[in-house]
Amino acid sequence: MTMDLLSSLSLSTPELILAVGAMVLLMVGAYSRGNSSTAVTGLAVAILALAAVWILVAQAHGTAFAGAYVQDDFSVFMKVLTLAGSAFTLIMYVGFAKVERFDNFEYPVLVMLSTLGMMVMISANSLLALYLGFELQSLALYVVAAINRESARSSEAGLKYFVLGALGTGMMLYGISLTYGYTGSIDFAKVAAAVTGERQLGALFGLIFILAGLTFKISAVPFHMWTPDVYEGAPTPITAFFAVSPKVATMALILRVTMDAFAPAASEWQQIIVFISIASMVLGSFAAIGQRNFKRMMAYSSIGHMGFCLVGLAADSEAGIRGVVIYMLIYVAMTLGTFAFIIAMRRKEGQVERIDDLAGCASTNPWMATILTILLFSLAGIPPLAGFWAKWYVFLAAINSGLYALAVIGVLTSVVAAFYYLRIIKIMWFDETAGGFLPMAGELRFVFGLSGAFVLFYVLIGGPISTYAEAAARSFF
Amino acid sequence: MTDWPILSTVTFLPLVGVLLILFIQDDSENGRRNIRSIALLTTLVTFVVSLFIWFGFDNGEAGFQMVEKHEWLDSGISYHMGVDGISMLFVILTTFLMPICIAASLKSIQVRVKAYMIAFLLLETLMIGVFCALDIVLFYVFFEGGLIPMFIIIGVWGGKRRVYASFKFFLYTLLGSVLMLLAIMAMLYQSGTTDIPTLLAHHFPQNMQTWLWLAFFASFAVKMPMWPVHTWLPDAHVEAPTAGSVILAGILLKMGGYGLLRFSLPMFPDASAYFAPLVFTLSVIAIIYTSLVALMQEDMKKLIAYSSVAHMGFVTMGIFALNPEGIQGAIFQMLSHGLVSGALFLCVGVIYDRLHTREIAAYGGLVNIMPKYAVAFLIFTMANVGLPGTTGFVGEFLTMLGAFRANTWVAVFATTGVILSASYALWLYRKIVFGALTKENLKGMLDLSGREKAILYPLIVLIIFFGVYPTPIFNVTSASVNALVTNVTASIGSAQTAAAN
Repeated sequence: MTMDLLSSLSLSTPELILAVGAMVLLMVGAYSRGNSSTAVTGLAVAILALAAVWILVAQAHGTAFAGAYVQDDFSVFMKVLTLAGSAFTLIMYVGFAKVERFDNFEYPVLVMLSTLGMMVMISANSLLALYLGFELQSLALYVVAAINRESARSSEAGLKYFVLGALGTGMMLYGISLTYGYTGSIDFAKVAAAVTGERQLGALFGLIFILAGLTFKISAVPFHMWTPDVYEGAPTPITAFFAVSPKVATMALILRVTMDAFAPAASEWQQIIVFISIASMVLGSFAAIGQRNFKRMMAYSSIGHMGFCLVGLAADSEAGIRGVVIYMLIYVAMTLGTFAFIIAMRRKEGQVERIDDLAGCASTNPWMATILTILLFSLAGIPPLAGFWAKWYVFLAAINSGLYALAVIGVLTSVVAAFYYLRIIKIMWFDETAGGFLPMAGELRFVFGLSGAFVLFYVLIGGPISTYAEAAARSFF
Repeated sequence: MTDWPILSTVTFLPLVGVLLILFIQDDSENGRRNIRSIALLTTLVTFVVSLFIWFGFDNGEAGFQMVEKHEWLDSGISYHMGVDGISMLFVILTTFLMPICIAASLKSIQVRVKAYMIAFLLLETLMIGVFCALDIVLFYVFFEGGLIPMFIIIGVWGGKRRVYASFKFFLYTLLGSVLMLLAIMAMLYQSGTTDIPTLLAHHFPQNMQTWLWLAFFASFAVKMPMWPVHTWLPDAHVEAPTAGSVILAGILLKMGGYGLLRFSLPMFPDASAYFAPLVFTLSVIAIIYTSLVALMQEDMKKLIAYSSVAHMGFVTMGIFALNPEGIQGAIFQMLSHGLVSGALFLCVGVIYDRLHTREIAAYGGLVNIMPKYAVAFLIFTMANVGLPGTTGFVGEFLTMLGAFRANTWVAVFATTGVILSASYALWLYRKIVFGALTKENLKGMLDLSGREKAILYPLIVLIIFFGVYPTPIFNVTSASVNALVTNVTASIGSAQTAAAN
């Protein structure tokens, strides 16, 4: 028994690092007088990086806590991606907090706790671990969304997110109980063994409710309603965090639930995923066209991207999972860069975030405009940029699985989506200037440049990345 | 010399220029001059280096030459480059037109020179890559990537309706291409490879060929452009800066024809034979209808744009004649059109730079003050009409010969297009060059400057030289074209025997 506990603890060291680190930082923040936000943020980044390095170096594989927790190539990939997403959004937060006099050390601590929840989600191998991780992540996110106490918009965003999120969680819990009732187990492997025969129908109801709760977090249609408001209302670095880490973790969890626990019912959930995917792609593309606020537009863009990503899952194959994994990686890189730019949209009068404020920025801030242009073309999926390869892998998987209609609808909506990305490029390059932006802060420049370089040079490093993604995908088969 | 990766060198040489330009500020006159010189020098060097491809080319060899192959991505997608008789001359055409485009932009582009030159050099890399790629994914990357710089070129340095034109260009082309992308995925799934030489030997099932052919056709028909999906072209041409129009007409349109020759014909021969009547119909409509439309234009660039659509109609007609004459003629017509239409747009650019209008009615009697210009413009107009002794004649004659062997009526209708093309081209020439010089603002116009001569005269030489002596071109293309036709007819024949049995 102690042996089992010890090996479990050693397998989950990265989580322990985060948990202990978050607690310590909470104490540091609470007992230090005055301005501790920057120091705590820096330490939080260091701890997140430490956890990521630990995962990469240890490369430990196996199950822990009596099979509730699993660490495999897939968890390694997704956890490092989540940690990187959280760390980079924290980096982007430092300068923003200073300029906006936004001094609260709780934010980095909450991000760490939320990230801890995500790590548990990614490694979840039972319905209980799933719920535990999911709730830890969500509760921290509710607070984070409303963290700007002075702003009515931020409070509204937090409240909206909380009410709708609680609804989603409630549905999910109901789904978990149904699944448990019909299969008699919370263990993914045992659920999978039981999801056959006449008991399948009841368990399927459970799956539908679980998926409803999960798709809420990746803001896929029809559970996307909160996204534009929260994206717009939350302070921008926090929006960036919302756009990145929770989506990676939840996508990983969706894969675990569908490909592990409900693998025998693939033909059933495939229909659901296909519908969600098409609805998200279509809504994301069309609704973004009318947006005037950059952050709101990014909200719809992310809805669309989640739809594209789910195309890979709908394929229900190893190639499809590889596609999802690569898509999330590239999505994270592009989103971080774009939000770094939005944070840097600052004039002497203060922060701006309307798309029209970008007018003529190619002549006032040529470097910023050029890199953002690269990112936008990548978001639109134009080769040779990374966004194209993201779409390539998921659509390739869809074609291989014979989902021709889904693939055709997908590429056609991607043309529609190209329109609104082009509109921003047009405003930056073709229009008369509306006054440039202040120079980018150093840490934003770092994230922005890194993201631009990744997107631009993905063609050169795509081979090794796809090898890693393939190994991650193999964990399910 | 044999191991030297010359195709990659030529393809990526322009990027060296981009890197150098990146480090120069363009806020001073000195900096702008340096940027222009570097861009011009880069394209010239690229052209000179690319000539070694022609020197090293083995005319007797039908397959791919100067092949380079490296591991790239997973599922067998590799970095695979090579040229054959069909693609080699397009590479040379690209590298030849680029310095001309840069030279034509030296004076007319005064704002954002740095971004302009970078966009053009990037575009050159992507265009050369299209013709050299021997992996279909690599081809797609180059093919689609070209949209990015072209969108910026039209949108930033274009005319009044540049925003509309650039969006139309981008979305139209993208819409056509994404279907091709799905077809590429389906081909990868069915055959397990994206390697073009392997795919050329692969036989796709007949009903699958139909769908794949249609998906590829969607992309290439938009790019060519064929009637009725040609409407983006007049807008893009009219609004683009002169050099942008030259590249658009000279090279980007040729990608469509090249794609048909490289993919549609050899990979889906049964579908090509099946759809040939459709292509013939569209081509004939394009030739006659767009020629009539050209007759009614008041804008010089628009007139030439419509004439481009008509000339591309000859190309598609020649390609789908499925015989050596037709295909040789189509390739020759594409090369010739690349020179001639490019030259015509440059001629428009010459007077546009002086008077800043493209309206035909604003000009008249230029022969009195610009005799050298009048002669140059005359030669290009004649080449556009297809006068014997110019390259235009060789291409049109061969495509019609090929079409005549395949289907007499198609050739008959196409011939009327030649007559129509003579009428609009001569009408344009008469309105601009002949007549009395009555308009006051025209009287101060100067004849060709040294720079403009350096741009236009080489084109005249080439158009007449290859019009009189086309053998060097045919020497290059014939082996590959004959092999292509043999393969296509053989597999159509076997399909028909199979169907008969």
